[in-house]
Amino acid sequence: MLRDKIKEKLSDKILAWYETSVKRIYFSVDKKHITETVKILFCDLGLRFITASATDLPSSFEVIYHFSNDPQGEIYSVRVLLEDKLKPEIDSIANLFPGAEWIEREIWEMLGINFKGHPNLKKLLLADDWPEGKYPLRNKQ
Amino acid sequence: MSHKIIVPIGPYHPLQEEPEFFQLYVDGEKVVDIDIIIGYNHRGIEKLSESKHFDQIPFLVERICGICSSSHPYAYVLAVENILGGEQSIVPERALYIRTIIDELQRIHSHLLWLGLTGHFIGYNTIWMWAWKYREPVLDCFEMVTGNRNNYAMFKVGGIRRDVLDEDIPILKKTLDELLKALDLFRGAIADDPVIKSRLKNVGTLTKQQAIDWCVVGPTARASGINIDVRRDEPYGVTDRLDWNVILEKEGDIYCKTMVRILELYESVRIIRQCLDKMTKGPIDADVKDIPPGEGIGRVEAPRGECFHYIKSDGTNRPIRHKIRSPSYMNVASDKVGAVGGTISDATLTLAAVDPCYCCTERVVVINSLDNKKIMNGWDLIKLSQEKTLKIKEHYDGRPK
Repeated sequence: MLRDKIKEKLSDKILAWYETSVKRIYFSVDKKHITETVKILFCDLGLRFITASATDLPSSFEVIYHFSNDPQGEIYSVRVLLEDKLKPEIDSIANLFPGAEWIEREIWEMLGINFKGHPNLKKLLLADDWPEGKYPLRNKQ
Repeated sequence: MSHKIIVPIGPYHPLQEEPEFFQLYVDGEKVVDIDIIIGYNHRGIEKLSESKHFDQIPFLVERICGICSSSHPYAYVLAVENILGGEQSIVPERALYIRTIIDELQRIHSHLLWLGLTGHFIGYNTIWMWAWKYREPVLDCFEMVTGNRNNYAMFKVGGIRRDVLDEDIPILKKTLDELLKALDLFRGAIADDPVIKSRLKNVGTLTKQQAIDWCVVGPTARASGINIDVRRDEPYGVTDRLDWNVILEKEGDIYCKTMVRILELYESVRIIRQCLDKMTKGPIDADVKDIPPGEGIGRVEAPRGECFHYIKSDGTNRPIRHKIRSPSYMNVASDKVGAVGGTISDATLTLAAVDPCYCCTERVVVINSLDNKKIMNGWDLIKLSQEKTLKIKEHYDGRPK
């Protein structure tokens, strides 16, 4: 079973594990472990990266990386909480595979989360003359 | 002496489904690099969705895309039903069948539209006219069943909004029978034509490893040998109870992408026929009232690939986060490897091969980096592609038989 393998390989990194339904598995890791975790899921276990979603929560920013285990039709979602609301940042995973480049650029411009080490962190969807420091998907902006 | 030329394609036209701006860096005839700039029609739908009631959102997300306008609402209702306990446990039987029928009819009309455009780009305007001619009866079926030719407004959390009438079923079956004859025609025309083969074979190739790295989905991935299809991997509607196949090719060039789509049309016809035969009478809506707090993910196989919706609910009547990832978001990014290394006359075709609905790109400016500036329109680039086909045709015609 893949979920046992993941639990075993990431045993020291997983902070919480819960399954909302048979095929929807969520687990959280600390933000400093995100590149290692993604590397194990994508490169070693061969999961397909679907996308990442970020949410502005009252006390933190939440970034969830969704991975698909296609043979079993399961989705593994890795949750990371960024507690520093003034300067949210996390390591980029776009250096591991190019498919993550666009989504990190989108989260960066929409929520102002900085992806450290991103090869090409510039605006993707917003206009070039969009004002600095205004993030459309943040609450209370 | 080589001149490095930048060829901007785009950015947009109001009719284009997904406005994009491709900047090709050209050395002589060869494309050496490409910049993809998107966001010209960014409408902030994710933010808008946070201000809508759960029942209003299907109408909103339906308008993300005019071609696959049932995939987004379907993925959205699946995400909400994921919070409620799963589609299979709450949605009535008959609604599951009708959902699958709508989803597959949409795939047929979308693939036919793409096939027509590809024909047009390579100068086979007959294929274009035929494909769009045979797409019309499919749209008529939509009008008959849902009341609309596009944006069907069929999906709601817990069921569907409109039943399929008994008297419509024979008309649907007849349309499918006639469509099959047309599909045979297309398959023959494309598989047997040496000119089409030489235009599409080994062009815009995406290897399996590249496809994995760029996380592409749908026919683009299946043409490169990646065996994924949400309909089989995580069945929704009634796709797990029917007899059909996932179409797979290996080489990853445009010819494979074309063949995958053509063969998928046959499978869609098979799925709809079985649905029409097996469908029984019954309720079509579970009448869901409240959405509990929680988070849900729904995904469907849209004509272009996996369409993904993530919903986070706090128990009120609106979601606090709605993340949408359409398939082209992943596929278009892979043009960076598909188009580079090819010639400029193949560029239109390669960019169109991932099916980004690129039909109305009108403004093309060719700028020489040194001094002269030449402005072409979109037709000039298509003409370039069509002329290449003509040359190949002449080559084949002049050959001793």
